[in-house]
Amino acid sequence: MDTEVILQVKDLQTYFNTDDGIVKAVDGISYQLHRGETLGLVGESGCGKSVSCLSVMKLIPSPPGRIVGGQALLDGQDIFRQSPAEVRRIRGGRISMIFQDPMTCLNPFLRISTQMVETIRLHQGLGAAQAKDKAVDMLRLVGIPNPAKRVDAYPHQFSGGMRQRVMIAMALSCNPEILIADEPTTALDVTIQAQILEIIKKLSRELGTAVILITHDLGVVAGMCDNICVMYAGRIVEKAPVNVLYREPKHPYTQGLIKSVPRLDRPGKQRLHSIEGQPPNLIELPDVCAFHPRCEFAMDVCRRKYPPETALDGRMVRCWLYEENK
Amino acid sequence: MSANNVLLEVKNLKMHFPIEEGVLFKRKVGDIRAVDGISFDIRQGETMGLVGESGCGKSTTARCIAQLYKPTAGEVLFQGEDLCCATGRQLLQGRMNLQMIFQDPYASLNPRMTAGAIISEPLVIYTKRGLMSMSRKDIEKRVEELMEKVGLSRYFINRYPHEFSGGQRQRIGVARALALNPKLILADEPVSALDVSIQAQILNLLKDLQEEFNLTYLFIAHDLAVIEHISTRVAVMYLGVIVEVSDSRTLYKNPLHPYTRALLSAVPIPDPEVESKRQRIILEGDVPSPDKVRTGCYFYDRCPNAMPDKCRDNIPPLRQIENDHHTACFLYFNP
Repeated sequence: MDTEVILQVKDLQTYFNTDDGIVKAVDGISYQLHRGETLGLVGESGCGKSVSCLSVMKLIPSPPGRIVGGQALLDGQDIFRQSPAEVRRIRGGRISMIFQDPMTCLNPFLRISTQMVETIRLHQGLGAAQAKDKAVDMLRLVGIPNPAKRVDAYPHQFSGGMRQRVMIAMALSCNPEILIADEPTTALDVTIQAQILEIIKKLSRELGTAVILITHDLGVVAGMCDNICVMYAGRIVEKAPVNVLYREPKHPYTQGLIKSVPRLDRPGKQRLHSIEGQPPNLIELPDVCAFHPRCEFAMDVCRRKYPPETALDGRMVRCWLYEENK
Repeated sequence: MSANNVLLEVKNLKMHFPIEEGVLFKRKVGDIRAVDGISFDIRQGETMGLVGESGCGKSTTARCIAQLYKPTAGEVLFQGEDLCCATGRQLLQGRMNLQMIFQDPYASLNPRMTAGAIISEPLVIYTKRGLMSMSRKDIEKRVEELMEKVGLSRYFINRYPHEFSGGQRQRIGVARALALNPKLILADEPVSALDVSIQAQILNLLKDLQEEFNLTYLFIAHDLAVIEHISTRVAVMYLGVIVEVSDSRTLYKNPLHPYTRALLSAVPIPDPEVESKRQRIILEGDVPSPDKVRTGCYFYDRCPNAMPDKCRDNIPPLRQIENDHHTACFLYFNP
């Protein structure tokens, strides 16, 4: 892709102080997001997918969390160096976010209209009446029936799928350049999931919004994304265009992950491949490959040093299997 | 269908929960029809998959079978005996062969009990009630044996649930369910709360145990791919009724009911090339609330193939279309 880079995350490190020691939730991840691109962040619970995106929005609760190092360049400007007032303008205006559970993100005491108008007025400087018209338009765009009436409803009057639509409408109401979707369909049923994914896909294309899609579901990513970053224990272990990654996963973790999902289009009763063992505890993790205790190809060097980034035609992998100078 | 190898038979099972209004003088204003008249059977040695969206009554069905809820109407015949009429000792005896595994491995284990105490609890209870006789030594030995069987080290016997990961906790739940050597295990979304790599471990474990102990499963999940992988037969539920039952291969190859078709086409497949070529049937709207008495097809409001003259005023019964393939839809027969 030759289009312009809109967000560049460089060597981001986010640590949490706990009673048991420092948890390195995100430990040096870098990626680029181009205009109009959909980037998938995949990994299991606790691998740092959400924390990495919350860091970019500067939404890490501090203490206990802190962004220890790295940069997040939005159009060349480092978000971490900006004043709180400037960051507030970015949040919701240029980068907006939707979450897994829409009920905890909407204020149950306020009408949908109040919540949407607040955002729109703040970021776009419209008058109250205009802002409300805009809110109704956005609700229509995400497919809420009878939006002029429903805009004055309270969150509990919507179903789960409808609430997620409201969240999408709210997030896109200020024409953000980047939409971060953190497990947007995990709490929803498959038929509703299909509706929501379709909306995100269609609107991001129409409005030219770049999307970062965080999910643990490899199926969702396959249909939605251009590029994928696979994360494990706070680092990106593999980064590749979506077609290449599924056809030929390089990192043993990615290979295991893809093989361990039962597939509808390949029926059969054969044993599932499973990755033995558990994901590591992130407290005081030594600087070696975090996957080596579960890896079938583990070598001596894996237990000594963390593998560097290895570039393999258009993709990146962090594994000693592909590194020449060990 | 030969009747002799049927282990469990559910006949016209209904579970209605009352909706009440008023604070001091409660009065009933309606019913949530969570399960609204379902019939199916489970045969010895098979895995019956029960699939459907949230709120369709899958878990309620399992709980009714185990008599954790007293069903409003219908029969649950386990080895020929109706559990709904069974009381006290009879029920206890029935449940010995019928155990459950729950979805949430965090909520289904008592945080104040050690792994050993959790797994041995069924043995201790049945011994106390005089339905079994095991000495403390026997029980301890049995617990250690069970832990090894489910892939937990016996040294974890004195640990508490919070010291285990999600996957290991689910293994404790499986060991507890196995303790009494049951014939039928009702597994209510046993892998939904787990990460994919752990999910594969538990699915493999359940399959191994089935072979080793000749178990029969009722396996509930909302993930169609998981159901396809583990089940020999599948029942699809929608809004409290079963809309399609078939052996799993036929169901996935040739789904008949429009709801099954939509459900199958909505599942994302982890392969971008397949994904880009797929045609999706996207259903409009949400699942309606189950508080109404229905006079027509339960799927009528959302069905892409709805026929107003037939489907609006007649409830389609579950009927056999091909060999062992049943569906409740007027596309295949007339009212």
